[in-house]
Amino acid sequence: MLPFKPVIFISDWLIFIFLAIAAIVFFHSLKKAHWRQAWKKIVYQPVAIFSGIILVIYFAIAICDSIHFLPKLPQSNGTQANYAAASESLLDVIFKPLSSENETTYSKPWATHSLTLTWYHDAKGHFHGYYPPLEFKGVKNLPLKLLIVGVLSLFIILIFYLGLSWFCKKRWHLSWRTTQQLFWQGKTLFPYRTFFFTMAAWIVIISFIAGFCFHYHIFGTDKVGNDVFYESIKSIRTGLLIGSLTMLFMLPFAIGLGIIAGYFGGKTDDVIQYIYTTISSIPGILLIAASVLSIQVFINNHPGFFSSISQQADLRLIALCLILGLTGWVGLCRILRAETLKLREMDYVAAAKTLGSSWSRIMVSHIIPNVMHIIIVTVVLDFSGLVLAEAVLTYVGVGVDPSTISWGNMIDAARMELAREPVVWWPLTAAFCFMFTFVLALNLFGDALRNALDPRSEI
Amino acid sequence: MFAYLVRRILYAIPILIGVNLITFMLFFVVNSPDDMARAQLGKKYVTPAMITQWKISHGYNLPLYYNAEQAGIAKITDTLLVKKSLSQFTFNFGNSDQGRNINTDISQRMWPSLAIAVPSLVLGLFVNIVFALLVVFFRYTFFELSAVFMCVVLMSISGLFYIIAGQYLFAKILQLVPISGYVPGLDAWRFLLLPVAVAVISSIGAGTRWYRTIFMEEISKEYVRTARAKGLSNLAVLFRHVLKNGMLPILTGVVVVIPSLFMGSLLLESFFGVPGLGNYMIDAIRSQDFAIVRTMVFLGTVFYVIGLILTDITYTLVDPRVRLE
Repeated sequence: MLPFKPVIFISDWLIFIFLAIAAIVFFHSLKKAHWRQAWKKIVYQPVAIFSGIILVIYFAIAICDSIHFLPKLPQSNGTQANYAAASESLLDVIFKPLSSENETTYSKPWATHSLTLTWYHDAKGHFHGYYPPLEFKGVKNLPLKLLIVGVLSLFIILIFYLGLSWFCKKRWHLSWRTTQQLFWQGKTLFPYRTFFFTMAAWIVIISFIAGFCFHYHIFGTDKVGNDVFYESIKSIRTGLLIGSLTMLFMLPFAIGLGIIAGYFGGKTDDVIQYIYTTISSIPGILLIAASVLSIQVFINNHPGFFSSISQQADLRLIALCLILGLTGWVGLCRILRAETLKLREMDYVAAAKTLGSSWSRIMVSHIIPNVMHIIIVTVVLDFSGLVLAEAVLTYVGVGVDPSTISWGNMIDAARMELAREPVVWWPLTAAFCFMFTFVLALNLFGDALRNALDPRSEI
Repeated sequence: MFAYLVRRILYAIPILIGVNLITFMLFFVVNSPDDMARAQLGKKYVTPAMITQWKISHGYNLPLYYNAEQAGIAKITDTLLVKKSLSQFTFNFGNSDQGRNINTDISQRMWPSLAIAVPSLVLGLFVNIVFALLVVFFRYTFFELSAVFMCVVLMSISGLFYIIAGQYLFAKILQLVPISGYVPGLDAWRFLLLPVAVAVISSIGAGTRWYRTIFMEEISKEYVRTARAKGLSNLAVLFRHVLKNGMLPILTGVVVVIPSLFMGSLLLESFFGVPGLGNYMIDAIRSQDFAIVRTMVFLGTVFYVIGLILTDITYTLVDPRVRLE
């Protein structure tokens, strides 16, 4: 008997499908010599290593947060096993105390006492104000603990450094001294130095988080006492979900229609061009707002379709991604159509035609592989735009459900928090840091990809 | 030229009809007018009689595409498709679901929107071009590398943060400008200072990077080498030749948004409490006033299509090589 019962939300399925497709494309490309060359060109760029590590960490967190199950409730002997009604994710289990131990209201990062003054009568009837200590977090001996965690993380970095040097030495068949020289001058093909410093920074960050997040609210607590750090971590899945699901819905349209329009031309081209000109003529945010509004009223008027609130929020998120996908395929479709127009005049396409290949075969084996680099670069760069769009749409009121934890909802709440006295700045700062890191990493990685895969088009 | 223009305008009509049909599908087919009535009246204690009453008073008590009760042409015209959706082509948008006249609202709210959008566009263009030229002037140096990196950093910050940080810093801490609000007339400048500044700053990242690419492409062309070989200074080439030729692709990007300036900015107007069209749209979304949302989608499309046509015209005006046939 398992101590839990797995549940898979529709959004979990879709996120895994997206990752599986990405993995298949990646491993398939490794079979081709020119793609191996291209991937090498990518990882030889220090920027790609720096941003790639950040992306791997974010994706790992999101995957942990996408594995849902119902935990088993404690049972008495002989009775049927009972499972909790609310599902938990792997991430919830890792950060167990953070999700369940809520304070009552705001508290500053690393605080030991609540932010709001509480009044009470003493025996003589006088009023006294005091800041009540936090219920769950805040321990003593902070400097000592900081020292211990600091020393520990330095120790891990040292071990990591020695391991990496040993690995380099074995690989290059050089003396210890030369290895060190090459490493520190950064003259290696694979940017080992950048790799080391990025990993060292993350080792410090992660060991501090691991050392303190169970003893302090390291990013404070929000209005209802939830741990802001935990919310920021949970938001990663929402941001990533919006990006990857939108891509999942958008790519079939963009690739299919773009290539068909470019390859066949004529009437087919006219119809597809008409469709995408019409859609792109509507200002993006207005079309999204109108569609979401319409879906929202539909969901509100048909509550019977959904068995639970979290399922409703999940479906609303998927609907949002579907809409973003249906409105967002135009840009890529236009580029792919133009590229296909060029490719179909190529000699190898003419040769394939004369040899009797069907049009579907020509598309799959001659055209798509030759536009793949455009698709990959666009996916990564559009992804960052979608993460940013989530916050804006949520603010406008057409984004994710208010009950879904997301950076957009955190920023939305921050407007009121900045206006109060004393100023509550930490939820906004936390959302900013997490979101900025993610979007920056995506943008940098996208640029690195473009440098390597498509050097002619440079922005 | 004239014939081309007529053809372009005629080509815009099927697009607008397409947009009109999309909004019709979204607001009348996905959700019936009954759903709309229920959303407006609130969820509890709504009787069928109240819904019918609401539909009659707002003119939604018609069939979707075909009215069997009427005779002759009215079978087609006396329907929601014609009365509520296609009627937008006459630019008479009727009343909002709250009962206010949309045309009057728009003509009043257009001006605050323009007051923010026009200075933001002009200033933003100026600042971005200056920065891009600077970066190009110092090309292949450490300065360029760090400037391009800074652009990516600025691009990665959400627009919301620029607004929130600007309001907090300049209005709350330094108290240089009011946090939000608006007065009509010339006194409005105090309220416009911050939103315009925020709009310009938040555009620097993407704008500078994009213009830099354009100028870099221009500077690698043959005529630049010729000009340098003749003995012109780097600066003279940059300002007299590269800037002029680089303006062509920049113009395409700018002219197309000019008509859309009327629509205003959703975020800026709502954060700074400016009673413009962007704010109008947000209010309509939050109160689920579909009549306004439909109108704004249609208007936004009209402005965009006009922008596309204007772009073509400016192209022939500034670049003698381009001929419209």
